[in-house]
Amino acid sequence: MRQLLDPAGELLGDAPVGLDETRRLYAAMVEARVYDRKCTALQKQGRLATYAPFEGQEAAQVGAAAALRPDDWVVATYRDAALMWMHGYTWEALVLGRTGDERGGSPPEGINILPPSITVGAHMLHAVGLAWGERVLGTDRVALTSFGDGATSEGDFHEAMNFAAVFSTATVFLCQNNHYAISLARATQTRAETIADKSVAYGMPGEQVDGNDLFAVLTATMTAVASARNGAGPTLIEAVTYRLGPHTTSDDPGRYRPAEEVEQWRERDPLERVRLYLASQDRWDEEWQRELDRTASERIERAVNIAEGLDPLPASDPFDRMFATASPLLAEQRDEAR
Amino acid sequence: MPMLTLAQAITDALDCALKEDERVILLGEDVGRTGGVFRVTDGLIERYGSERVVDTPVAESGIVGTAFGMAVAGLRPVAEIQFMGFSYPGFDQVISHVSRIRNRSRHRFSAPLVIRIPYGGGIGAAEHHSESAEAIYVHTPGLKVVVPATPHDAKGLLLAAIEDPDPVIFLEPIRLYRAVKEDVPDGHYTVPIGPARMERTGTDLTLVGWGAMLQEVRLAADQLARDGVLVEVIDLRTLAPLDADVLVTSAEKTGRVVVVHEAPRTAGIGAEVAALVQERALYSLQAPVQRVTGWDTVFPLKRTEHVYLPDVERIVTAARRTLEG
Repeated sequence: MRQLLDPAGELLGDAPVGLDETRRLYAAMVEARVYDRKCTALQKQGRLATYAPFEGQEAAQVGAAAALRPDDWVVATYRDAALMWMHGYTWEALVLGRTGDERGGSPPEGINILPPSITVGAHMLHAVGLAWGERVLGTDRVALTSFGDGATSEGDFHEAMNFAAVFSTATVFLCQNNHYAISLARATQTRAETIADKSVAYGMPGEQVDGNDLFAVLTATMTAVASARNGAGPTLIEAVTYRLGPHTTSDDPGRYRPAEEVEQWRERDPLERVRLYLASQDRWDEEWQRELDRTASERIERAVNIAEGLDPLPASDPFDRMFATASPLLAEQRDEAR
Repeated sequence: MPMLTLAQAITDALDCALKEDERVILLGEDVGRTGGVFRVTDGLIERYGSERVVDTPVAESGIVGTAFGMAVAGLRPVAEIQFMGFSYPGFDQVISHVSRIRNRSRHRFSAPLVIRIPYGGGIGAAEHHSESAEAIYVHTPGLKVVVPATPHDAKGLLLAAIEDPDPVIFLEPIRLYRAVKEDVPDGHYTVPIGPARMERTGTDLTLVGWGAMLQEVRLAADQLARDGVLVEVIDLRTLAPLDADVLVTSAEKTGRVVVVHEAPRTAGIGAEVAALVQERALYSLQAPVQRVTGWDTVFPLKRTEHVYLPDVERIVTAARRTLEG
C-alpha cells in the first residue's frame, strides 16, 4: 500500500506538490471538515434532510480532486461533497441539495460534475460514457468516478470496469474504501484481499494507497489521470480510509463497529498528518490555523444563509424540468397542480 | 422512392443519421460485424467503421449507462437492446438516470439518446423474446416512447428520435420487420414524436392500436367494413406522450372505442386510453370502451402464442359488443 506521509507527518518519499500547494490543500481539507460538521449539526436541528458525513475521508477526496484539470468530469456520490466542491461545485448548492431542494442538483455552468448519485454503483458507467464521448468529440478530458467499497459488489461496477478497459476510456475509478457499507464491514463485502486486486480481472492497472494520506492519493491519481489523458485507458485506485461518522445521520454505528476501532482511525486523521508535515517545514502555526478555521466557518455560514434564504420553488417547477418542452398532457397536469 | 421493409427503413434512418451527424454513434451487442440479431444495422460498420458502430460486451446496463454518459457529454448515441425481454438489466439506468438527469440537474444536463428495442410476439421465439413491456417505459416520467407501424413512420420517427433533445425509447415490432414494403422517401425527413396517425376515418367505431397490432386492426376494420361498419383506425405511434386530442375527437365522433395491444391487460396503455376517453368524452360514448389485449400471463411459447396474441376475431367480437348497445 502506497504511503508517502505517515501519521506522524513524516515524508516517506517524494512529495507530489510543493509547500504552497500543500498549504492550499490543507486549507481545503479544513474547510471541508467545517462543512461536514456544520451539516451534521444542521441536520440535528432539523434544517437539513438526512446527511451522509465524510469526516475522515478528506484526504481521499481533496487529493483526488487536486489531480484533475478544471474541465475534467467528476461523477460521484452523496458522500463526496469535498471532492465535488474542490472541483467547482459550490457549498451553497451542496447545502441546498441537503435542504431538499432540486436547485442543489445543478453545478455552475462550465463545471463538469454530474449531480451526486444516490443509487449505488450505476454512476460509474456514466464516467465511462463521458470519457468515451469526450474522446469522440476530440477532447482529452478525463472522467473520474468515486464510489465506496460497498459499490464494488454492484453489477454495474463490473460492467463499468469492463467497458472502460475494453474501450480504453479515459476513466479513473476512485474507490474510497471506508470500511463500511452502512453496517456491512469490508471483510464481509468481498473475499478479495484488496479491492485494487479486482483491476487484474479487467486488465487495467490498480493500486491500493493509504487514503488518509493526501500525498499518496494525489500521486496515485496524478498517475492515473496522466495515463488516461495520454490514451492508456482506465485505472482503479483503492484509497483505504475510514468513515469516522455514521453512514448517515439516521444510523447508529455503535450497532456494528467497536468504539476502539474508531479511536484507532482517529489517530490516523488525514488532516493531522499534513499539519504535522507543514509544521515540520515551518509552514504551519496556530495563528494560521485560527485564520483557516475562521474563514472556513464564515464561508460555510454564508453558503447556508444563501441556501436557506432562497424562496421555495413554484408548484410548476417539476413540470418544466422533465423535458425540453412539456407535452400537452404534462402541461395540463402543471395547471392542475397550481 | 425505394420500396423498403420496416427493418430496411430503420437501417436507412440509421445510415442517414450517421452520415449527417458526426455525434451519432451506434452501440449494442452484435450490431457491428453481424449487423444485429435482426440485421437492422447491416452494412453500417463497413460504411462508418467500428468507432461509430460499436460491438459491445454482453451487458445491457453497460450499454445504456455508457450511452447515457456519451449523451451527457454531447453525443447522440443510439443503443440497441436485442430483445425487450433483455432490456430489464438496463432498466435501472433508464429509470434511475436516463429519464431524470434533466430534472435532477435543472436542464444543466440532458440525455438525448435513443434506445432501440425490438419487441412483441408472433414469431415463435424463445422465452423472453416476445415481450411487450411498453407500459413500464411509459410509466417512467421523463421518457418518450415511440412505436412505428409502417416503414415510412419507422424512418421518420427514428430520425426525429435521434434529433430529440430528450431520451426516446424506440420500440420496433419484430413481426413487422419484414411483413410489408412501402415507398420510403430517400434522404432525411422526420415524423414528429407526439401526434398519432389517423390511418382511416370512419363514423361508427374507433379502433386504436400501435406497432404489430396495426396489422390485425386493419384486417378487423376491413371485415367490419364488409358489414357496413365505418371504422376509424388510429395508430397511436407515440405512447409517451399520448395524443389525447386525436383520441378524444375520434371518440366524440364515433361514440365507440376499442383499444388493442399485445401487452398484458392490467395497467396497460389500453387502460390509459380508456381512462382518457371516459374523462373527456364520456357523454359522447354509446358503449363502454373495450380492451383487446394480451393476457395477464407470461408470454406463451410458440405452440400456445396464438392464444395470447389479439387477433382479428377477438377485435371484431369486441367491436360488435360496442355496436350492440
